[in-house]
Amino acid sequence: MVIKGIEFRSRLWVGTGKYRDFEETKNVIEASGSDVVTVAVRRVNIIDRKSENLLDYIDPKKYKILPNTAGCYTVEDALRYSRLAREAGISDLIKLEVIGDEKTLFPDTIGLLKATEILSKEGFVVFPYTNDDPIMAKRLEDAGAAAVMPLGAPIGSGLGIRNPYNIRIILEAAKVPVIVDAGVGTASDATIAMELGCDAALINTGIAGARDPVAMASAMKHAVVAGRLAFRAGRIPKKLYATASSPIEGML
Amino acid sequence: MNMVLPYLQGYGFFMTLIVNGETVETSASTLKELLDALRVLPERVAVEVNLSVIGKAQYPSFHLNEGDRVEIVNFVGGG
Repeated sequence: MVIKGIEFRSRLWVGTGKYRDFEETKNVIEASGSDVVTVAVRRVNIIDRKSENLLDYIDPKKYKILPNTAGCYTVEDALRYSRLAREAGISDLIKLEVIGDEKTLFPDTIGLLKATEILSKEGFVVFPYTNDDPIMAKRLEDAGAAAVMPLGAPIGSGLGIRNPYNIRIILEAAKVPVIVDAGVGTASDATIAMELGCDAALINTGIAGARDPVAMASAMKHAVVAGRLAFRAGRIPKKLYATASSPIEGML
Repeated sequence: MNMVLPYLQGYGFFMTLIVNGETVETSASTLKELLDALRVLPERVAVEVNLSVIGKAQYPSFHLNEGDRVEIVNFVGGG
């Protein structure tokens, strides 16, 4: 998959939040087969300088680092974090979040649209985290988004793809890649997203919160591959009644 | 909180900065000197002074002033 001239090998993208330590984070990324990992931008601990750096464990030459603007509730904050992320990193990639509400973490799509427009003009490759709203997806695309990232369900909820029909409508109209972000709770959720035709799925809590995160990372990897293959193979239509698989001809 | 980090102590002129929300007294006069004093590797961070992002190439020549608000950020785990 190529987005704005950048080649992405894997269709499973993973977050790096909520892991026990950097070692586990590294093992999960390896098990997931992903080449895109999201990170957050936060203050360096200037008092305790012993703390290790995440990038000691994730080689930016091997993985595409996709910084997010998680925790930003205003356009100004999202722009500020994006510009810092660009300076801290080595690329113009940004997973743009403008959050509207603490309880749901649903995006403030009005702010998101404004920030997408501004950052795209500044040369950022913007991946906006948005609602499963086909109209907003189109608006974001028009504002210069490199891809759209509709949620399947609230961040960290594990509720799966709550509105597959909206995702289908988004996919039908989109000229940019569609990457499901948030809500994937287990392997079958990831498969459903990919069977719908999504270009990729971004998963953090679904893996990090599992009893065995490394095993779940592997499960998600296979789920995404299976879903993508099924999408390309073209599923059979659903029918109410049976159709025999064995021939009638030749029966005694 | 007004603190003098032990490794920031030295001789010469001291000024007070707000670094990552903490009041810090330092004799560092440039951004590079401040990062060195804090033992922060420039490659892994981004720095903002009074809300403007400062490019890495400017660190050695960027002079700090009394009361400057400095933010030093890096990447942490996130989704």
